Amino acid sequence: MSSLQTISLSGSKKEVSKKEMTFLEKLYLIAIIKGLWITIKHFFKKKATIQYPDQVRPFSPVYRGRHMLKRDSQGRENCTACGLCALSCPAEAITMKAAERKPGEEHLYREEKYAEIYEINMLRCIFCGLCEEACPKDAIYLTISKELVPAQYHREDFIFGKDKLVMPLEMAIRNTQQNSVN
Amino acid sequence: MDSALIIEKSVVIVAVFVFTMIMAMYSTWAERKVAAYLQDRIGPNRAGWGGLLQPLADGLKLFAKEEFEPNTPNRILFFTGPAIAMSTALITSAVIPWGDKLELFGRTVILQATDIDVSILYVFGIVSIGVYGIMIGGWASNNKFSLMGAVRAASQMVSYEVAMGLSIIALLMMTGTLSLKEIAQQQSGLHWNVFYQPLSFLIFLICAFAETNRTPFDLAECESELIGGYHTEYSSMKMGFYLFAEYANMFISATIISVLFFGGYNYPGMSWVIEHWGNNAGNLLGMLALFVKLCFFIFFFMWVRWTIPRFRYDQLMHLGWKILIPLGIINIVITGIVLLRSEIFAFLGF
Repeated sequence: MSSLQTISLSGSKKEVSKKEMTFLEKLYLIAIIKGLWITIKHFFKKKATIQYPDQVRPFSPVYRGRHMLKRDSQGRENCTACGLCALSCPAEAITMKAAERKPGEEHLYREEKYAEIYEINMLRCIFCGLCEEACPKDAIYLTISKELVPAQYHREDFIFGKDKLVMPLEMAIRNTQQNSVN
Repeated sequence: MDSALIIEKSVVIVAVFVFTMIMAMYSTWAERKVAAYLQDRIGPNRAGWGGLLQPLADGLKLFAKEEFEPNTPNRILFFTGPAIAMSTALITSAVIPWGDKLELFGRTVILQATDIDVSILYVFGIVSIGVYGIMIGGWASNNKFSLMGAVRAASQMVSYEVAMGLSIIALLMMTGTLSLKEIAQQQSGLHWNVFYQPLSFLIFLICAFAETNRTPFDLAECESELIGGYHTEYSSMKMGFYLFAEYANMFISATIISVLFFGGYNYPGMSWVIEHWGNNAGNLLGMLALFVKLCFFIFFFMWVRWTIPRFRYDQLMHLGWKILIPLGIINIVITGIVLLRSEIFAFLGF
């Protein structure tokens, strides 16, 4: 039966001793050589750095990065500027202005109403993904781009308009081709 | 004096100067690279291949920076400080034997700027003057932190110079000469002094760390207490000079250690190479050998910097005055006994 002072519930209790150092220990030379051995081992180890713009860290499939406004299989923008994403946004990062589709623009926009201006302030955005959940038209996604928002020099540059948000046409074409093959 | 000699010496001096500058420049690059590698990082690699143009970029940046001057009554001294630090760091390389001799254009070129027979004393003298650069800079900055940093650096360098001198005396008792050239010559064929004077080497190495104000003895700089130490008030290329002088000093220390204890330009099989491939090839290889040795010691300086935490100031003084100096004296006594063993045995009647 061990006493209360010596009992170890975690099993990792260690007795600390503060004994006098021997002469060899007092010289510290052996300790220094051990330390040098440890650091030189790190010299030849694989480096942990990921050189970001050149190398990209593999993201998990559900990683929420930069937003993307999707196009459908015919390359038309999905967004109808209903404003549900802006409404659901807890950080109030999204603004938009709706416009009516003119005749002859059917190949650009899927429905009669589209977003003329669509802006997300990336400094406000908390990447929660609620806009993605709220969207009834499958238009906005955070998981597709697999990109981080890059650093900028001015605050204004963090307000991303449609030029940066809408899915590039080549990507839409590639997606359509892949889907038709499958 | 014939003009050929003047030309020859000028070429050697300029070559040594340029070499020192380049080594100091690339020590800054190597420091950052070694630090990064020891910490599992990559280090500078954007300017040029592997970041090799980084020192140029740094220098350019320092030149382009604003030249700030504190409100100091000692304006002249404020400018003199970095100048002294830089020039003392550069002129020590004058006595280092980079190799034995080359035969070029029918002349025998001695690979040394000047072979004075008190080379070591000269080096020690110049290193002592180096303290003035730091002290004057710290004093003229008109700033408490700078002065405190300078006082720390100066007292540390003065203290460790004593132990350094004592460790060298034991070596000099063996070699019997103060000339670095002769000391290098005596060590040919792997008779390196480090095997005969390991304790002396250890003391000298520790003191070299203290003399160059490098970790674990870098107490002159301290963010939490002294900000940047003696160069807090310096900016632009004046600060560049201080930092550059530090690296030049490190290079010189590494070279002196290699020459005094690791055979200088000697390498195993040097006489064979000279016999078979000619004098020039042998001596060029010798220069390469010295270069490899000094590069190793520069690396060692950096390696230690990222391994050992710094001392507290009282521990530093304790180590210098109470441990290294007595050890140095004991080493001298032991060396004396070993050198005079036959006389002592004769005296005792064996």
